[in-house]
Amino acid sequence: MEGWDPNTKSTLTQIPLLTTKAGPRDGAVWTQRLKEEYKSLIAYTQMNKSNDNDWFRISASNPEGTRWTGKCWYVHNLLKYEFDLQFDIPVTYPSTAPELELPQLDGKTQKMYRGGKICLTVHFKPLWAKNCPRFGIAHALCLGLAPWLAAEVPILVDSGMIKHKDDATTSTET
Amino acid sequence: MEVELKEMLHDLESLKQSLPDPSHRASIDKLRLRVEQLTSLEKSGPAQRLKVKDMSAEVVDSNPYSRLMALQRMGIVENYERIREFSVAIVGIGGVGSVAAEMLTRCGIGRLLLYDYDKVELANMNRLFFRPEQVNMTKTDAAVQTLSDINPDVVLESYTMNITTVQGFETFVSSLKNKSFRPNKEGSGVDLVLSCVDNYEARMAVNQACNEMNQTWMESGVSEDAVSGHIQLLIPGETACFACAPPLVVASGIDERTLKREGVCAASLPTTMGVVAGLLVQNTLKFLLNFGQVSPYLGYNSLKDYFPTMEMKPNPQCSNVACLERQQEYIVAKPARDAALKAKMEAEALLVPDCPLHADNEWSISVVDDSGLDSMDAASSDTLPEGLVRELPSADKSQELPTSEAPLTSNDDLEDLRRQLEALNS
Ligand SMILES: [Zn+2]
Repeated sequence: MEGWDPNTKSTLTQIPLLTTKAGPRDGAVWTQRLKEEYKSLIAYTQMNKSNDNDWFRISASNPEGTRWTGKCWYVHNLLKYEFDLQFDIPVTYPSTAPELELPQLDGKTQKMYRGGKICLTVHFKPLWAKNCPRFGIAHALCLGLAPWLAAEVPILVDSGMIKHKDDATTSTET
Repeated sequence: MEVELKEMLHDLESLKQSLPDPSHRASIDKLRLRVEQLTSLEKSGPAQRLKVKDMSAEVVDSNPYSRLMALQRMGIVENYERIREFSVAIVGIGGVGSVAAEMLTRCGIGRLLLYDYDKVELANMNRLFFRPEQVNMTKTDAAVQTLSDINPDVVLESYTMNITTVQGFETFVSSLKNKSFRPNKEGSGVDLVLSCVDNYEARMAVNQACNEMNQTWMESGVSEDAVSGHIQLLIPGETACFACAPPLVVASGIDERTLKREGVCAASLPTTMGVVAGLLVQNTLKFLLNFGQVSPYLGYNSLKDYFPTMEMKPNPQCSNVACLERQQEYIVAKPARDAALKAKMEAEALLVPDCPLHADNEWSISVVDDSGLDSMDAASSDTLPEGLVRELPSADKSQELPTSEAPLTSNDDLEDLRRQLEALNS
């Protein structure tokens, strides 16, 4: 796992791995996969809470579990910056990872594709491909979103692109 | 516009007649002259060309197809006009897809299906095709606007959606299956799918649809550093599919570690994208109109002007179930395929006069595959032709990561699990 910070690495190894290779068009097998996704997310959330590092909320917004919405946040200079988080489970999942979106930051940073999809590091996709189908949503958040927030939020705050919600009356964020 | 200008002239004339003071007449005449100038400008302005019923080979400056039909006269293409029967789907109307769409439109393709979920933005203006006044339009609608002006004979369909989502994928597949354009066509409703997307996820979705539908397609790509690209022909069951092996890309020759990626997602150049679009549509024309040699894989390294070629056999252990089904069908159909080829060659042999016009038999087709290209199994990675590299690793069979917990086996209730997560979330 070259290119990852030790913290991400150690967290990642504690998230339960998945076994079922199934996408949202695979019927009953997808339901099986969905159960594994929930278990893995539950374990990851519990782990974050007990480590005092709670940083996201995510839940399926349709019964099929193909669309997920929630929030994520990052603390910079003792201030908490919170963003909407959303993504779809692609038809070719888990061969391809979900594309995580932060719609409120669309157009505010170069490290983003159109529609607010975060631009992942060169290390993410190879690691995901290597670990298919053992990585799930929780792994995508840990490997994709957490490092992105850690790298980009300070830049966005320092450059004035985002303001804290209590900061000014002109605040447009959170 | 013309009618309004005419009314304006009429009003000016009435005004002139009704004015008691003749001193204003000169300025009214001046106004009238300017309206007349505007009228003549309007008349000579852009006019939409009308649809044409048949492609004519007549060389006159009013015939939009004369130079294309000349391909037929020169013997390059046997029947150029067949192009009007073909439907091509283009997924991704960006720097490559939009240019490919324009090329096919100018070639007089029968029907184009355009897929993209994005809008045109000023940041796209370093590429070809879209214009600044189209900013904020969807790429598909802006493309239809421009393409229908260029050639009203082409049937254009615009699909503004993301094909990687479950719903988008269903719409994508059903639009490809629609045969209303040519009801008696065999197979799907399109002759070829061109993938011009910029990400792995969308390529995998196209691959999934084409494997399920047994649909031939071509993939294209430009590297994120904008200096290399490739095109690839994919025939389900016959060639490697996109999931048979990790994607093959052209090595730029730049050391990855020296490539500065901080602060940017991707670079792009109109030149590289234009070249790749040209290669893609050239291969498309050869495939559809049956001339020349259709390339199974053609790479482009712009830094060294190097064009690697190769071909890839399907992987019998491919992770894509539909791919394995197509591979099986291809094997089963082999005797029939061989017999058909043999019959075709015998029929052609009968047509050849005793004293052949072209004594050289250098380019004749043979039953055995001797295309001279580097041929390899999709799964092997150590035999890659020079200048090509794998973009991603293969999935590990063994566990790469040490894990403290056993893999999840769940016999639990889904609703119960959902509630557990909700409880943690609240
Ligand atoms: Zn395959």
